[in-house]
Amino acid sequence: MIRAVLAFLAALLAMPLTAQDAMPPAPYAYNQLDDPRLEAEATALMHTLRCLKCQSQSIADSDAPMAGDMRHQVRSRILAGESPDQIRSWLIARYGDYVSYNPTVSATTWPLFAIPVVLILIVGAVLARRLGKRRSDAADGEPT
Amino acid sequence: MIAEIGLAALWLAAALAVLQMVSGAFALKAAEGEVNPLAIYARPAAVVQAFLAVLAFALLLWAFAITDLSIKLVASNSHSMKPLVYKLTGTWGNHEGSMLLWVGVLAASGGLLAAFERRLPERTMGATLAVQGFVALGFYAFLLLSSNPFERLPVPAMEGTGLNPLLQDIGLAIHPPTLYAGYVGLSVAFSLAMGALLTNQVNPAFARVLRPWVLGAWVLLTFGIAAGSYWAYYELGWGGWWFWDPVENASLMPWLAATALMHSVSVLAARDALRTWTIMLGVLAFSMSMLGTFLVRSGVLTSVHAFAVDPERGAFILVLLLLYIGGAFTIFALRAGAVAEGKRFSFSSREGALVFNNVMLSAILAIVLLGTLYPLVTEAFDVRVSVGPPYFNPASAIFAVPMFLVMAVGPLLRWKEDKPARIQFEMLMLAAVLIAVIAVTAMVGDYPFLPLLGLGLAAALALASFLPLRGRKLARVPLATWGMVLAHFGVAVSLFGMACEGAFSQERLAAVAPGGTEQVGDFSFTLQSVTPVAGPNWTALEARIAVSRDGGEPVILVPQARNFWSPQQSTSESALLTRWDGQLYAVLGNQAADGRWQIRMWWKPFVTFIWYGALLISLGGILAIVGRVRVDVKRRHASEVGEERRADLAALGAAAPVPAE
Repeated sequence: MIRAVLAFLAALLAMPLTAQDAMPPAPYAYNQLDDPRLEAEATALMHTLRCLKCQSQSIADSDAPMAGDMRHQVRSRILAGESPDQIRSWLIARYGDYVSYNPTVSATTWPLFAIPVVLILIVGAVLARRLGKRRSDAADGEPT
Repeated sequence: MIAEIGLAALWLAAALAVLQMVSGAFALKAAEGEVNPLAIYARPAAVVQAFLAVLAFALLLWAFAITDLSIKLVASNSHSMKPLVYKLTGTWGNHEGSMLLWVGVLAASGGLLAAFERRLPERTMGATLAVQGFVALGFYAFLLLSSNPFERLPVPAMEGTGLNPLLQDIGLAIHPPTLYAGYVGLSVAFSLAMGALLTNQVNPAFARVLRPWVLGAWVLLTFGIAAGSYWAYYELGWGGWWFWDPVENASLMPWLAATALMHSVSVLAARDALRTWTIMLGVLAFSMSMLGTFLVRSGVLTSVHAFAVDPERGAFILVLLLLYIGGAFTIFALRAGAVAEGKRFSFSSREGALVFNNVMLSAILAIVLLGTLYPLVTEAFDVRVSVGPPYFNPASAIFAVPMFLVMAVGPLLRWKEDKPARIQFEMLMLAAVLIAVIAVTAMVGDYPFLPLLGLGLAAALALASFLPLRGRKLARVPLATWGMVLAHFGVAVSLFGMACEGAFSQERLAAVAPGGTEQVGDFSFTLQSVTPVAGPNWTALEARIAVSRDGGEPVILVPQARNFWSPQQSTSESALLTRWDGQLYAVLGNQAADGRWQIRMWWKPFVTFIWYGALLISLGGILAIVGRVRVDVKRRHASEVGEERRADLAALGAAAPVPAE
């Protein structure tokens, strides 16, 4: 029984491997663009795109076939003259916000930007209270 | 029998944790200067408990060493064909084993505290041990009720499943144990802080007891994080050293809190200021440790590190987390008012600079916490967002840049009150260095803004870290001050490495036929051959790549693409060529249909400085511990000698009148 389970688990782990080997990677998955400036643009963009099949890795850091395909997309679109922002919005339209590591202000992400602003205010208040000129000695200036 | 003894030891340890908790609590009921008869069991309970928990861990280690396949944990995480070192490290390469390591370290540090700490008043010590026992009890319960490492299989397995090949590396021997020791060392800081708060003993004497624990935990955390970062760098095969992955953030957050705590404790010990700050940071630091444990161990994250997924356990740890953190902050809120604020100081003083930077560290902590938890929160509402380097880097820089600037001048200021005009010359010099480095680098090439700023700050900080030594007799500078100088210099070195890696890295991806030559940076590399090789539990393709710098003598690099068979998984073993000014990083990829091989090469100038810097920081921490402990021992010795003399004098004085009569 337990051996059957273990064999099944092993088979499960092996599956992605066979899928990976089935097709050759797209041309620009593992090849750089000839123009170093364009390649730098593409690399910078790839580092900020999430590999959807991996666990917390950018497409620039992954051997997954899907990451390879996305690298190919990014490089060929850069070569075709698209700007990184255009490519990013194309990918977001296709895969959702999840694909971009660079959140922008939107209905779902505004707290990511509002909270740091509040934080700056809190930090300012704490410092003013703790380090500012003392008006009364009675106040126990305890920051939280 | 191994498993049964281990399990019995754990149950006994849990029972002793109850005794420690109850007996410690009775110490609070004793009147001033008296000892409650029920309070004397706390210390022995902590010591014996430490012994039992460590014994349980040693037994699990033994079960892994001999690959006892009748134990479920061994069967599902080990394999008889694995090299011995990975059998041993595999003990904590899984959920149950790593939690047992966690609990073992927790009990061991509690035992050390109980056995050797004699300076605190008995009431404070009792309260501290009660809290430590309470924390331990929760984690024993978690281990025994929901993740028993010693569970037997009804029928022993024929062969184990094996360990994730990414973990079959010497990194697993170093990174988790040091990180856990750091995490859990902070539990002592937590218990001491609660003990001092409950008995109203927040004073410099308490800070001197707390300091070595905080410093020790901080050194271990620093080292553990750096080791983990280097491990991910060479093992994952893409040259990245920090991914802002939730698991990495989970280790960074306690470090940030511990860094703030360490500085705060020093102020409390030296100046009797920042009392409530210190307590709050003590609570915060261990809260972050527990939060990190929750994030990693509960399976709420799925990431490169998350090798255990089980939602039921998540709920258990979450309850523990709420209980301890909620309880601690409630007591803090109730009692903080009773703690006097301590000595006052002005903004332009060393305390002022330390407070400023502690606030900055806390703010960075808040940013990291926000960016780590926010995607988890939205995921609960079926909205998936990703927060990565483009968010974390600038958001943390908002607070990190002012922090580095203040860090440069802070140690030059005097305690209590100082005039900034006194260090005018130093400030101008540092500003000149900062601006000059940024200006020159920006003229040389077109680099991103943050690495550029990092380079300037690193140069200014490196210079500034040695300024506190100016005009002092070097032989007379206390060891702890050397520790500070070294640690601050280490920060500059690390920052320099990070900035260089960010600004100057060069990458070459190419399909190369055997005999073909390519170029990256100053290096040209030739693929000589690709041959199959075999290891103990893997087979691999190994490339021989001849690398020569500026046409010099070639060096052979041998990156491998490995295939493990149990569990079946492939990994790439990068080959590194380390030079004083950077590292060449080579990876062998797949073979294309036309027979050429994918080679990935990076030249990363000064990337090694990231970890050299971390080592310097750790070393600085160790010097500080040694320095402080030496002074403490000397002081204790001096006071003992003094008391002996006084006793002798008293004896003489009592005896003297006799002949005079």
